[in-house]
Amino acid sequence: MSGGAPPGAASDRAPKAAGAAGAAGTAEAFGAAAARRGRRPPFALHAVLASLALAWAFPVAWAVYNSLRDYAYTSTHGYLSFGGFTLANYQNAWRQGGFAQGFANSLLITVPAVALALLLASSVAFVVARFSRRSNVALLGLFTAANLLPQQALLVPLYRLYNELEVPFWLSESGKLYNSYWAVIVTHVAFQTGFCAFVLSNYMKSLPAELTEAALVDGAGVVRQFWQIILPLCRPPLAALATLEFTWVYNDFFWAVAFMSQGDKYPVTSSLQNLRGPFFTDYNLLSAGSVIAALPTLIVFFVLQRQFVAGLTLGAAKG
Amino acid sequence: MAALPAALVVGLVWLPALTTVGLSFTNWDGFGSLGDARWVGLKNYVEVVTNYPPFAPALGHNLVWLATFFAAPTVLGVLLAVLLDRELRGGRLYQSAFFLPVVLSLALTGFIWQLIYSRDQGLLNAALGLHGARAVDWYGDPSVNLWAVLVAGGWRHAGYIMLLYLAGLKGVDPSLREAAALDGASAAQAFWHVVFPAMRPTNVVVVVVTVVESLRAFDLVWVINHGRNGLELIGALVFSNVVGEGQRIPFGAALATIMLVISLVFVVLYLPAILKEEGNT
Repeated sequence: MSGGAPPGAASDRAPKAAGAAGAAGTAEAFGAAAARRGRRPPFALHAVLASLALAWAFPVAWAVYNSLRDYAYTSTHGYLSFGGFTLANYQNAWRQGGFAQGFANSLLITVPAVALALLLASSVAFVVARFSRRSNVALLGLFTAANLLPQQALLVPLYRLYNELEVPFWLSESGKLYNSYWAVIVTHVAFQTGFCAFVLSNYMKSLPAELTEAALVDGAGVVRQFWQIILPLCRPPLAALATLEFTWVYNDFFWAVAFMSQGDKYPVTSSLQNLRGPFFTDYNLLSAGSVIAALPTLIVFFVLQRQFVAGLTLGAAKG
Repeated sequence: MAALPAALVVGLVWLPALTTVGLSFTNWDGFGSLGDARWVGLKNYVEVVTNYPPFAPALGHNLVWLATFFAAPTVLGVLLAVLLDRELRGGRLYQSAFFLPVVLSLALTGFIWQLIYSRDQGLLNAALGLHGARAVDWYGDPSVNLWAVLVAGGWRHAGYIMLLYLAGLKGVDPSLREAAALDGASAAQAFWHVVFPAMRPTNVVVVVVTVVESLRAFDLVWVINHGRNGLELIGALVFSNVVGEGQRIPFGAALATIMLVISLVFVVLYLPAILKEEGNT
């Protein structure tokens, strides 16, 4: 950690951060740090970070730029040109890709899968972190290791299982788990719970034990300790995990294609496949489709990022 | 509280995985009942190693993938997290830029980099002035395409590691750093001797995530060329044997089992780290 923050930036933010966290100690910490670090503005550091950030954003910017351009224009002038702007690619991509249906399907899969995975993972993590017994090591191992297995290794048995399993008709109109959203949802939940449980249990272990002990003295049962004390404190890792899990589940199309036979149930990612011809691909159209498909994850990330950073401040002040 | 999740994970992850291992020793055709399957011993494995040309390159590519991911994007991600952990002016903006690729699916990543790598319409050849016969097909040429894909994959992986590490750094008790500073430690010393050891759980996550992502890598090469011609990866080979045209279930199961065994090697390597952590609390 060489260099340092500009003095102005650090001291401007210190009161705000401390206010948000409600901890006076944080302000002193920031003050001391600013005094120690803030000798010289780190121009070199900013130059390196800014050029790296630009390089990182460039491929996406390039896709957005070309999604706004006419194919006829770019094919005569080349992509290293300026002009030919149009919104037609978006209209065509939306129609040809069948994005309206794709978005609805993605929503029906992603929201229940993420919610269930986080709920189950927090209860597992709570058990592991709260009751430190030898068997809980094995429990955590069971969950964490499950998340490390290659998806491909589960494909054939699960495919057969979902074709055999009878479920009520309100879950699936065919009466089988196969070719229903729930086949995809439960697979995601089973697969993702391990990673979430691992991250959450690490975080819960770092919470001071006095918190639950005090609640126990006050007569709160295990379930109340979980819902009212531990879960609210876990907002930072829950927000981070919700962001990651939403992204993973939304972006996946492996399980959806494996467990659903009807194209009209496929999620958004497969809409992109509709935009690729067998012999010829219109890159501008594909760029527009890519931007459309990426929008929900971008929106969720930027909305949750705020909550995430606020949560991180809380986490930093808890010591 | 852990019973339902445990049943789900055992029933939908562990039992299927074991079934796959079992299938890899049989000649099951994938359609008839499992009772028709005959035990064939190691036949599928012998065939994978001796009579399946894509296997050796795939294994090599997975190892190159792993080594490269550790050497470049993982280290970069940790470095970025450490730099951005402080209250830098514009830090949020930098953070968003690095995290941007992570929200894109690997399939999308493949499409987006195709605009840069395409031989005739790509930006890279145009920028380097490579035209006509000198133009490079970055996704197609087996001598460069693995590296081209690794750049695209690493572009995404660095931001992912940065976010994981940043979250871990925020959880480190600030008084640790204050104490180190009061003792006269430089910022670098404080990081290596105080913060980094306190980050042990996050460090474990970062190592495991990198290993797993490298081993399972498949989407990116699948959307490019179905994992052929210089882009062979074990994950793609499993997929093409299980759902692809020439479906050979037991053969794919043998490949999947090899992936499982490699995963389990790393699980065994890193579980002691968790157990030790667990023992301390």
